[in-house]
Amino acid sequence: MPPVVEARALTKRFGTFTAVDRIDLEVARGEAFGFLGPNGAGKTSAMRMIGAVSPVTEGQLRVLGMDPEREGAELRARLGVVPQEDALDQELTVAENLAIYGRYFDLPRPVIRERIDELLEFVQLSERRQARVDPLSGGMKRRVVIARALINDPEVMLLDEPTTGLDPQARHVLWDRLFRLKQRGITLLLTTHYMDEAEQLCDRLVVMDAGRIVAEGAPTALIAAHATREVVEIRLAPEEDEDAAVQVLERTGHRVEALPDRVLVYVDDGDAFVREVHARGLEPTAVLTRRATLEDVFLRLTGRALAD
Amino acid sequence: MAMPIALRVLEGHARAYRHTWRGTTIGAVLTPVLFLAAMGLGLGQLVDREPTAALGELSYLAWLTPGLLAASAMQAGAADGTFPVLAGTRWVRTYHTAVASPVRPRDLHLGNLLWATIRISVIALVFVVVAAGFGAVPLSRGLLALGPAVLTGVAFCAVLSAGVVLLIRDQFLAGLNRFVIVPLFLFSGTFFPVEQLPPVAGAIARVLPLWHGVELTRALALGTAPALPWPVHLGVVVALLVAGILAGSVTFDRRLRP
Repeated sequence: MPPVVEARALTKRFGTFTAVDRIDLEVARGEAFGFLGPNGAGKTSAMRMIGAVSPVTEGQLRVLGMDPEREGAELRARLGVVPQEDALDQELTVAENLAIYGRYFDLPRPVIRERIDELLEFVQLSERRQARVDPLSGGMKRRVVIARALINDPEVMLLDEPTTGLDPQARHVLWDRLFRLKQRGITLLLTTHYMDEAEQLCDRLVVMDAGRIVAEGAPTALIAAHATREVVEIRLAPEEDEDAAVQVLERTGHRVEALPDRVLVYVDDGDAFVREVHARGLEPTAVLTRRATLEDVFLRLTGRALAD
Repeated sequence: MAMPIALRVLEGHARAYRHTWRGTTIGAVLTPVLFLAAMGLGLGQLVDREPTAALGELSYLAWLTPGLLAASAMQAGAADGTFPVLAGTRWVRTYHTAVASPVRPRDLHLGNLLWATIRISVIALVFVVVAAGFGAVPLSRGLLALGPAVLTGVAFCAVLSAGVVLLIRDQFLAGLNRFVIVPLFLFSGTFFPVEQLPPVAGAIARVLPLWHGVELTRALALGTAPALPWPVHLGVVVALLVAGILAGSVTFDRRLRP
């Protein structure tokens, strides 16, 4: 069976602006694959080419072994798309939104009715079947969108920022549903600028910046390769001379990143380092030792923070 | 047999319409009927004090009705070619969802036009029945005149949606209505013959596509000869429709498959 996505030097340009710059990708069946990066990194443009809704400017792309340009409609029939915006018809009921979308795939009406039952149960919205979409919460609308994307029983789901704007509880509900889809063997491709989402859901991911892939691998492998085991976050008192303090910290031989509100130091043993900080006469207002995350990987690779 | 894709889009419109028909239909039918009552009956009293040669000795109401029919069809077409398109591309973004399925941008455009055809037909039909009730037009002739009126409305819908799909900002819509739709509505031989205009303005009015639609509709409704030969009027309106379909298949693609 061909890989789900196979891209070679895939490029997307809008006029003179290069959104996706010669990226290579291979995504296997059943994988949960992430595009991690800040806004404007080219994640959505890459996803849109894979979803056969944006022509490839240069390079090669095969999705499920098909050419998105020549076999776009056939390919889209096998994909489930969760766009960044819900794009639900607010005046219609939950079931009608799903039914109209199902007809776009030319699914027979009885099949659609049956699937709506199953899918609303899956996204835990059965009792909202005949409810209008408008008054539903953001998390519920997002689940309706997941159900809509599943109406054609897709082999691959493309999720663009699936939990952006949701509260933590709603995000966890959604992650749980997506994890179940993965267990059913559906390939998940998602873009996110949340490192915790990438860590939760993705078997493998690419870190994108300015249209390029700057790193690729499993979340834990990326952290191991590009960050230390622990990170010490130091907040200095406002009157403290930050430059001087950073110099003191750098003299310990560890990597130091000075952010606007705090200083990060990459170490293997956080507690030992904190003792050393005090021994060197620094008196921060707050010190926190934590595990390294993909955020640190991104900072390391690009010199910038992920979230804006 | 797979259902042609544009028909799936049409079906989606029909399903959604079950929830929205009240607001959209009542307004679309009521407005021309109000015009008919105010202009035809009210203003008509004044006009008809003496027989008017420019109206071919007809009562003002009889002369006005077909013009109003065509112009109302155009307005209905313009409404369908503007707000729902902006909702699809910008406000709700349902078009973007649709083209992520096997539906292609040009199917969306065609499906929208099929739906507009049905909607404009219903609105025009109600108008004709009401006008016949007023005694403004014989029902049979009014039904005959539906053809060119609906064609005119769909042609405007096609051209406008082909343009509106590219819009990035909403403000343009108000301008479009003020500077294009309303002037067309007023000056295309709807309320008075274009011969009444100063020569230059009259020449401009004769180029306007709505005038050709009005002439066709009026000729069928009154059983008279149109100002120019039939094929010329028909050709202009059909050309507008074809241009709208062709332009839309390019612009919908450009907007929805960037």
